[in-house]
Amino acid sequence: MVFNWNRFFDFHPFKRIKINIQLILLFSLLCGFKGQVNAEADNFPPLSPEQKILHVLNRLTFGPTPAEWTHVKAIGVDAYIEEQLKPDSISEPDFVTLQLNQLETLRLSPLQLFDEYWPKVLASRAEKKAQNLNKEQSPVMQVEPKEIQQSQQKRQDAGIIIDQARQARILLALRSPRQLKEQLVDFWFNHFNIYSAKDKNRLWVGAFERQAIRPYVLGRFRDLLGATAHHPAMMVYLDNDKNRFLGPSDVQGKPKGVNENYARELMELHSLGVDGGYSQTDVIELARILSGWGVCPLNSRPNLSSNAMAGIPVDPYLPSKPAPFLYPNGNGFCFNPKFHDPGTKVFLGKTFQGDGLMEGERALDLLAQHPSTAKHISYQLAEYFVQDNPPPSLVNRLQARYLQTNGSIEEVLRTLFHSPEFWNPQVYQCKFKTPYQYLLSCLRATQTPVTTYKPIYGLLEQMGMPLYNYLTPEGYKNTQVAWSNPDALMRRILFSYQLGQGAFAAQLKGDRSPGEKIPLTPLQTEPLKDVVWLELSPKSQDAIHHAPNKLWVAMMLGSPEWMFR
Amino acid sequence: MNRRDFLKTLALFTGVSCFPFVFGQTRGWAGRVDSLGSLNSSNKRLIVLMLRGAVDGLNVVVPYGETAYYQNRKTIAIPPPGGALGALDLNGFFGLTPSLKALKPLWDDKSLAFVHASGSTDVTRSHFEAQDFIERGLPSEARLETGWMNRLLAILQGNSNPIQAISFSRRITPILTGNVSVANFPLSQQVGKSLPIDKPELMKAFDSLYQGNPKLGAMYQEGRLARDTILSDFQSEGFHQAMAQDQNALEMIRANNGAPLSTGFARDVVNVGLLLRKDPRIQLAFLELGGWDTHVGQGGVTGQLANRLQPVGEGLAALARSLGESYQETVIAVISEFGRTVGENGDGGTDHGHGNVMWLLGGPIKGGKVYGTWPGLETEQLYEKRDLAVTTDFRTILSKILVEQFHLSPAQLSQVFPKFTPVLSQVSGLI
Repeated sequence: MVFNWNRFFDFHPFKRIKINIQLILLFSLLCGFKGQVNAEADNFPPLSPEQKILHVLNRLTFGPTPAEWTHVKAIGVDAYIEEQLKPDSISEPDFVTLQLNQLETLRLSPLQLFDEYWPKVLASRAEKKAQNLNKEQSPVMQVEPKEIQQSQQKRQDAGIIIDQARQARILLALRSPRQLKEQLVDFWFNHFNIYSAKDKNRLWVGAFERQAIRPYVLGRFRDLLGATAHHPAMMVYLDNDKNRFLGPSDVQGKPKGVNENYARELMELHSLGVDGGYSQTDVIELARILSGWGVCPLNSRPNLSSNAMAGIPVDPYLPSKPAPFLYPNGNGFCFNPKFHDPGTKVFLGKTFQGDGLMEGERALDLLAQHPSTAKHISYQLAEYFVQDNPPPSLVNRLQARYLQTNGSIEEVLRTLFHSPEFWNPQVYQCKFKTPYQYLLSCLRATQTPVTTYKPIYGLLEQMGMPLYNYLTPEGYKNTQVAWSNPDALMRRILFSYQLGQGAFAAQLKGDRSPGEKIPLTPLQTEPLKDVVWLELSPKSQDAIHHAPNKLWVAMMLGSPEWMFR
Repeated sequence: MNRRDFLKTLALFTGVSCFPFVFGQTRGWAGRVDSLGSLNSSNKRLIVLMLRGAVDGLNVVVPYGETAYYQNRKTIAIPPPGGALGALDLNGFFGLTPSLKALKPLWDDKSLAFVHASGSTDVTRSHFEAQDFIERGLPSEARLETGWMNRLLAILQGNSNPIQAISFSRRITPILTGNVSVANFPLSQQVGKSLPIDKPELMKAFDSLYQGNPKLGAMYQEGRLARDTILSDFQSEGFHQAMAQDQNALEMIRANNGAPLSTGFARDVVNVGLLLRKDPRIQLAFLELGGWDTHVGQGGVTGQLANRLQPVGEGLAALARSLGESYQETVIAVISEFGRTVGENGDGGTDHGHGNVMWLLGGPIKGGKVYGTWPGLETEQLYEKRDLAVTTDFRTILSKILVEQFHLSPAQLSQVFPKFTPVLSQVSGLI
């Protein structure tokens, strides 16, 4: 390894900034475990210019890379924030677009995906069932390996959809220069979490992200709320496809057939928040308003798979050709007035006449404009981008900005990134990385080439954060208390070691034949000199200095400072 | 000062000199514990297994004496005892599903009991909220972010050690989340295997990185200590012999049941039993198993639910066996967030319900009995005319166990389950 220690120490922060180590230790303890930050920042040394750049890169990206570091250094922190808030102003590199274009299932609509792949899912289920039956009837009889292979093949056929969705997500998170946008895709998907193994969502989870989340991540919150409410994947996940008015009240005073699952989560998790000031009656009333919202009839219609093969998206449910009694939006969502409760509802103190699809739209308007929603969203953004337990002063300011701008996420974030709370030196390196953020930050900092994505997904699963596989609608937490535990720390250190040795990089090389051993190439320390080295405390730098060379990469990426962003 | 504070202080104010004992020989460390505070003289244990997703208790402990049971479940009911595929009779009214036949010997030995029609007062039928209630021991509106097992651990403190409570999971589960630190390991065969991070060279390098770190130093030490302890337990010679014996025993349990295991639970849980037998410092353990949300195609004597229950029965039988003598001092509680509807739905499954059955195993349990008050399954006896009613709060059962197992005072009980008054007479004689 060619490495020049003198160069390494040239940009060493403690040469330029006199920092009292003990003060740092003491005050980072204040910032510490529960993320509580003392409002009085008087005794904290201000961030150095380098730390300011690192802070912005830590919070607006999935981790600094040498290239981004140079870029921010050149254009300045404020210009960088502005650029990230306008992702369309940044061009996507050709190699990213090229790789995305190779993922053919990303181009299919939910209905096309259903036609193309659902029969395969059913066939593989039927085979599995038959095998189980065989096993039960004659436990000694072995299932023919060939049958197993066929069944697995069919499952894999449908599994390609989620593989490609994961690949697209991770590719963009690692390589897209529109980093804030990619973080927000993660943030908002998690906010509107759906579980990929529920029913048809094994086909639709990626389409949900592409159609209902990705286009709106910096837009108006009302658009996100509407897009997710009009997506068949959300309808399936939270059972609104089963929210069908079948006649007046049963024992609970709730009309027959009305399913309140989506209505409840729509308020508790998606908009108002659990303390947002709604009652169980509001849950039932909203469920009545949303009755009839669901998924288009999926069978009994022309099959789209041959069209899909030819690349022509033809959809019989396009709004221009509405099927009788249905109000489709072209992606598989339909409103069926036959199942809509026609009665009058009183929701959040407002009267809703039974007038079909439009009353649902008005309910979404009401939710999106509600001060509780503004507060809930503001709190979550502040928790994600600033600190655990964000200060009320910041949350209140963001809430006000949300209400002033009719729920503009871009404006709320602009306020956030220029707030004194965001620039408070105490919040520097205060957010514990989630497994997703930790893994991506390591791969970005080391610029590890990735040909096959499955090992990344496998590692996320081992770290307890499998992508698209969180079962319940509240999504993953992003606080330190949720993710830091002794075993997780040991696991990260183990990973940093394997990455440093080149073992993980070898797994990410796709082009090897089964059983072939790729000689390990330990990673170079050089690319880490700006982005990781400057994040380390003088004490950690010293510890690394005293350790054998071959452990430097592992120690940097496994250091206490690198666990935080 | 609790242990976390202690470790933080240690991390902050002591120099390199404390590290040899922390990171050197585990034996040396154990000696150090003695000087910090003697090891627990009592070996009383509590293991909680949570079946996430709401297991259908009516098909676990079957009320075969109720006509309404068979009227409500045309295709998925477990037949009454007698036939080749019937329930295993427990007391002339209830029968055990044959998929759990591995547990029948424990019932006959009177160390297995059930409390039927038990559960939480959660009315949401939401997995998320109901699991939250069970784990925090509080209704979801209550603002306390710690789990009841962690609050219990806080009371049991005084014999501080890094593995007094273990969450056998990838994360610290909500039930063990709180102010006292807890070890966690995923339940797998990998537990107890050495990894590159256990190499002395690497340990030394990372010790120097984390030593004194105010944010993560203590957590690093806890992780390191827990690894060292578990590795030393697993890699001791006696442990290997015991493991070999118990794996043989497990093979026999399996063979008796015919079909191969569908999950590794039974295989992996043996490690937990052996670890607890070997290391008396472990007092609380938490395990979890998912996949009980049987809305569609639940099956009856055979099928989906039966296939999932069988390895649990085998695993618990193997766990009891691998605990050896310490089974006599251990209580194992099997709990799920709520029960399922009495009636089967249009898809051959059951939906989210209310009351369920809690399973209790262990030497201290006065078993061979179904405890609780049976509310009946006639429509007007049901909760909201559809679900088994809850006549015994799950916190009452756990309180009874805590009082008998750990001698908790009423004041301490109210720290574990705030704003709740257990009615211990509802389960008198259980333990």
